[in-house]
Amino acid sequence: MVGIIGYGSYVPRYRIKAEEIAKQWGMDPDAIKRGLLLKEKTVPGIDEDTITISVEAGKNALKRAEIDPQEIGAVYIGSESHPYAVKPSGTVVAEALGIVPEVHIADYEFACKAGTEAMFVCYSQVKAEVIKYGLAIGADTSQGAPGDALEYSASAGGSAFIFGKEKVVAEIVETYSYTTDTPDFWRREGAFYPRHSGRFTGEPAYFKHVIGAGKGILEKTGLKPDDFAYAVFHMPNGKFPLTAGKKLGFTKEQLEPGWIVPLMGNTYSGSSPTGFSATLDVAKQGELILLVSFGSGAGSDAFVFKVTDRIDEVRDKAIKVKELLENDRIYLNYGQYAKFREKIIMNE
Amino acid sequence: MPSPRYWREIPQRYRLEANKCKKCGKIFFPPRLICCECRGQAFEKIRLSDEGKIITFTVIRVAPQQFATQTPYVVAIVETKDEVRLTTQVADCKPEDVEIGKKVRLVFRKIQEEGKTGILCYGYKAVLV
Ligand SMILES: [Zn+2]
Repeated sequence: MVGIIGYGSYVPRYRIKAEEIAKQWGMDPDAIKRGLLLKEKTVPGIDEDTITISVEAGKNALKRAEIDPQEIGAVYIGSESHPYAVKPSGTVVAEALGIVPEVHIADYEFACKAGTEAMFVCYSQVKAEVIKYGLAIGADTSQGAPGDALEYSASAGGSAFIFGKEKVVAEIVETYSYTTDTPDFWRREGAFYPRHSGRFTGEPAYFKHVIGAGKGILEKTGLKPDDFAYAVFHMPNGKFPLTAGKKLGFTKEQLEPGWIVPLMGNTYSGSSPTGFSATLDVAKQGELILLVSFGSGAGSDAFVFKVTDRIDEVRDKAIKVKELLENDRIYLNYGQYAKFREKIIMNE
Repeated sequence: MPSPRYWREIPQRYRLEANKCKKCGKIFFPPRLICCECRGQAFEKIRLSDEGKIITFTVIRVAPQQFATQTPYVVAIVETKDEVRLTTQVADCKPEDVEIGKKVRLVFRKIQEEGKTGILCYGYKAVLV
């Protein structure tokens, strides 16, 4: 049996409310909250980035897996905000977690689905018996341009998953990927903020790929939506995952535990993985979970997981996503937020 | 902070690696080559606990240039569960939240950047728990 043997998440303490951003740009806060179903989003501290978030999430995954980090044979980090353009985030993360030097390291990039890419490759490496354990992380400190709709959602956080064959918490039943060339969202080398093609990001990008991957994996497994206890879809805003779930035949109740976007925002590569982590926090033995990511460009990875009885042994060994999202929040005003996110030009 | 020194100190900065004297059990952080208690030279490599408490602290209001945007911030002497003391910034808090004796956890954070094009230096900071 190949699957997840340990999982963990991390979310920075700082938050900004949707109305605080709306006020700054003279927008109607209620229209934004209703339209996007977003209340607030996470903001990284001045000293936090994809590397530090990955380390903290990785520590939590190790607490649950209870293995010697030296036995991890691969560290794959998916992000669209790797701090270095050249030098993998994984080198720092593996060093901090005590995994080096006998380890294969690579960073992944695929807009918001880089985290599930890392998971997919780790799973394959364990299944092929190339490595005993693999660590896959999806983390981001995403940025939206000031005044852009993305500014209400682009947030920070991440989740880590350790794959192995023994003491499995959630077995991987099936995987499926669905990818095309769709220029819905991009950032050219050297550009600070990403660009997107407005309306184009909905139907031909998000829905086509999420629903394509969802239908594909249901067909491949012969499973029906009501065979699943839970489903998690990538969360660029509050509305899209609910609509995608409905179109595929899932209820709001199935999505609820993983639908963390109203408090978290869109954590890009960390979005659906953290929704999945929140779902594992409440899942029970024998339950099936569907996870479908989405990355602009564009593609979706889908996974079917089956939860084992070991979930009850590991669940309380690290902090849960709900606690990360609801405890110890520090709220920022727009000025503090602009300073934190380095949106202000300073003298050298 | 020059890069070679940062690189040499990675084990203690990233993983809180310390030396424990095999003869008398004293723990040294940063690691030392000779025990100042018993002159022992054989050590066991250990990782410090990430749990600790604040022994004392100060509030930095005028900071070196690379930390200027973070003022006011707190620098504290923290004692870990292994009774080792280290100096560290206390992140994610207002100075008025910090008190002697309060419990902290050591977390992994970016400490500084070597300018806009240099390396990023990571290490430990404390957060209140
Ligand atoms: Zn000694």
